Formats: sequence, structure tokens, C-alpha cells
Amino acid sequence: MFAIYLKELNAFFSSLIGYLALGVFLLVMGLFVWIFPDTGVLDYGFASLDMLFVTAPWVFMFLIPAITMRSFSEELSGGTFELLATRPLKDAEIIIGKYLAALTLVLFSLLPTSIYYFSVYLLGAPAGNIDSGATTGSYIGLLLIGSTFVSIGIFTSSVTRNQIVAFVLAMFVCYIFFDAFERLSKLDIFYARVDDIVEQTGINAHYTSISRGVLDTRDLVYFISLNAIFIRLTHLVLQSRKW
Amino acid sequence: MSVHVSHLTKLYGTQCVLDDISFEAQKGQVLGFLGPNGAGKTTTMKIITGFIPQNEGKAMVCGHDTEKEPMEAKKRVGYLPESNPLYHDMYVREYLEFVARVHGLGNKTQSRIKEMIEVTGLSSESKKKIGQLSKGYRQRVGLAQAMLHDPEVLILDEPTAGLDPNQLLEIRGLIKSLGKEKTVILSTHIMQEVEAICDRVIIISKGKLVADDSPGNLQQRVKGSMAVRVEFKENVSAESLKKIRGVKDVRQDRNAWLLFSIGKNDLREDVSAYAREKNLTLLMLQLEESSLEEVFKSLTTSNSKL
Repeated sequence: MFAIYLKELNAFFSSLIGYLALGVFLLVMGLFVWIFPDTGVLDYGFASLDMLFVTAPWVFMFLIPAITMRSFSEELSGGTFELLATRPLKDAEIIIGKYLAALTLVLFSLLPTSIYYFSVYLLGAPAGNIDSGATTGSYIGLLLIGSTFVSIGIFTSSVTRNQIVAFVLAMFVCYIFFDAFERLSKLDIFYARVDDIVEQTGINAHYTSISRGVLDTRDLVYFISLNAIFIRLTHLVLQSRKW
Repeated sequence: MSVHVSHLTKLYGTQCVLDDISFEAQKGQVLGFLGPNGAGKTTTMKIITGFIPQNEGKAMVCGHDTEKEPMEAKKRVGYLPESNPLYHDMYVREYLEFVARVHGLGNKTQSRIKEMIEVTGLSSESKKKIGQLSKGYRQRVGLAQAMLHDPEVLILDEPTAGLDPNQLLEIRGLIKSLGKEKTVILSTHIMQEVEAICDRVIIISKGKLVADDSPGNLQQRVKGSMAVRVEFKENVSAESLKKIRGVKDVRQDRNAWLLFSIGKNDLREDVSAYAREKNLTLLMLQLEESSLEEVFKSLTTSNSKL
């Protein structure tokens, strides 16, 4: 598993993919949080990083599928999966190795934004006037969203040999879970019947809850199960060669 | 018994790709897998390496069932798949280090990699990316990764495909020397290769095992006539050649003639007598051994079983 993890991480950073993903993420975040007048912290007047936490999931929705699209599609189309599968490695180890490598990249992309936190912390009047609890919660929420998107991306990558198909599919599934469920819950047919269940199926409801700085077990269980489901589905797809 | 395959059957949907195949491969033996395209060679190899499971039967590697103890079996197998898949973005050394880590070679890693790079003749190319290598060198990387963890069993699916004649000889020599201490199973289309390096030949046709013997024995077992290749300085007609005692058929092959005998008789004496009698100058007179190619043809085109 560790061998796979290292190989994947090396692949990100020995090619452009890793730097590109990190660079684009930080650039877009920087623009939204500091430069754009409509959304920037400086014009907003409040010491909060809300803009970062609202925008980041949407950027993740594009970038994470781009990171994960090659994970299995490339191995399947290049035939290297056959070699991986005939080495003393369990399918689960291959999946987890790839999953953790992509998650590490997501973590790396979030780390530099801690500078934003310290800047806003110092800019507050008086300094330090920022809701640190909510910020920590939001970071944890972002990381959980990132991990969910990674598991979705790895799953769609295992379904197809075509990286573009994997990318588009991953973006679509990520969107469905992040935003579509919440919007669907407002449909009349769900109203006052199952609207809360539909809303809770989506990611945003749980993200909002965690962002308040309260780490509810229900939200944690939701994210962990969603990750587990997609990793399990990937495992099923890989095992299907044996059917 | 290093590799033991018994009653292997594989179905793809309703199509039977392997039909009750059984064979064994011992240590110190190079086993050649022959068969026309689509005969089931690659499928058999994929089952032994544990990539796909069989529908019936059993495959054992060094006493470990590939289905029940896949990890133990896989540890003992080095595999070079047919298309030689490699990560084109990786450096040769980086790739071998990855393979070493997967197999948990630990502190033996560097010495093994050094050895493999030397053995496969990759020294001059070891600092390049795999994608930059020519096909022959990629094939060597494929061989190096298969042998890196010093497996007891080597499964090589068409290992010499795409090599130039010099590389071909080198790699064949390498496989032959490996075969002295390990079990090597290789598939190929090239008959000379089988004659050159294999101690035993298995011929598969349409998913069935049609022959399992040494190359020498197989050649002897082929039925039919013996042929003599003869070349005269003067022009001779096919009709007059046909009149030689014991000749059944005559065929022209460029400047030479191929004479086929009735039964298994050596025609050389009669041909030289004929040349003396007609005052012809003999330029060549040679006994044609029935080649493995003919064995292969007769076994895989008809349904006969030796």
C-alpha cells in the first residue's frame, strides 16, 4: 500500500499535475478572498474567511476529478493494472494507496491557506477577533468534502479507461452530492414529507453544520460512510474482472 | 513441482477458451507454450499469475493454490505480460524501485536493481524515462521488473517480441541461463526460439492441449515423408527427377529441388547415383529434417492428437 502511495505521490509531483492543481487552487482562492471587490475580505469589513469556505468546494469540484481521473483509467488503458494486480498486493491496498495520495494533494492545497487565517487574525479589530472554532470546523469540513470527492473521483476512474469520461462523470457525481440534493429537497413533491432526508443526503447540509464549529458525530458518520461507499464500489468494479 | 496446472477450464461467456488443460513445469526447465493466436496461451498465463480466475480446475505455484493463497503464489511469480505494460512517465530506476518496494525487498533493493540492470543490459539507458526507450529496451525493462524479486517461477508472454536479431540472441541466452535455476514458462510464435531454448514444448490449439513433449521427440513423432534438398549445376526437369527410385514428389525451391520420399527413406544415395549416371554436377545434397514448424502445423490445423 505504501509503495502505491509513494508512486502516486511521485507521479503528481514529478509531472505538472500536482503543481498545476495546487497553483490553480491557490490562485482562484486568492482572487476570491483577497482581490475580487465583491467577495474580498478587505472590502467586506468582517474578519471572517467565509468566502474561502464557500468557494473552495466548488473549485474542488473541478480540480479533484482532474487529479483522480488518471488513477485507474490510465492503468486500465495502459495495461499496467494487470501487472499491479499480479503483484502481491490486494485490490484494496491499491485503492487505498491511490486514495491517500490524492487526499495528500488536497491537504497540501489547503495548508497554504492557513496564511489567510493568520492574516485575517491580525487584521481583525482588535487583532484575533475571528471565530477560530468555526474556522477550524470549516477546515475539517473542507477536508471531509475533499476526501469524499477523491473517493468519487477514484470510483469513476475505475469504471472507464477514458480519462475524460472519468473526469466528467466525477464532476457530475460530486455536483449531485454537493449541491443537487439540497436543491431537489425544495421540490414540492418532497415538501413536508421527505425534504429533510433528501437534504441530508447531500453534502452541503453536513458541511454547513460542521462549519459552525460543532463537530457532530452524525456529520462525521455521513462523510465517512460516503467515502466508504465509493471505495467499496471501486473495489467491486476491480473485482468484477473475476466474475 | 513449481507449477502444477490441473484440469483448467475457462469460459468467457459461453465460449470455452480453455478446455481441461493439465500440465506441470519443473524447476530448471524452460517450458515453451505454442499455439496459434487465440489458442488460450495468454489466458493460461493470466490464470497462473492470478489475474483472472478459472472456472474449473486448479493452478498451483510452488504448492500454493492461486485462488486460495493468492498472495503466497504471487510472491513467487515474475510476470511479463504480452503487451509489456510500463509507466512511460517513470524513470527506469524509479520504476524498478517501485517494484522492489511492492515486493518488500528492503535493503536488498539497490543491489538487486544494479544486478538486474546489468543482466538485462540496461546500464546505458537506466537514467532515461521509460517512454523515451526503444521497444527492445522497454522489453528489457519488462524482463528486469519480472526478475527483480528473484521469483521461483517466471511467466513470460512473448518475451522476444520486437527485439532486433542481436538482442534476440542475448535475451534468449538470458532466458536459457535463468531456466537452469528457475521455472520459466514462455509463450512464443517463433519456432526457432522453441528449438533454441525450450526443454519442453506444450502445444495448445483451440483451448485444448494437443502435445506435451521435448522438441526433439516432437520432431521425431511427426508422420509423413522425409525430404532431401538437392541442387545441380545443370538444368534438370522435374519429370526426370521423379524417375529416381523412391521419389514420391518433387518441388522446386528457388535453384534447388526438394525431393520427398515414399515412406521414411534416405534418398541421398539414390540421388547421387542418379547424378553420376546422368553426368550432372551436384552442388548441394542435404537431408531436410522435419521441422517443428511442420509439427505445429499438423497439430494445430487438424484435430489429431499425438
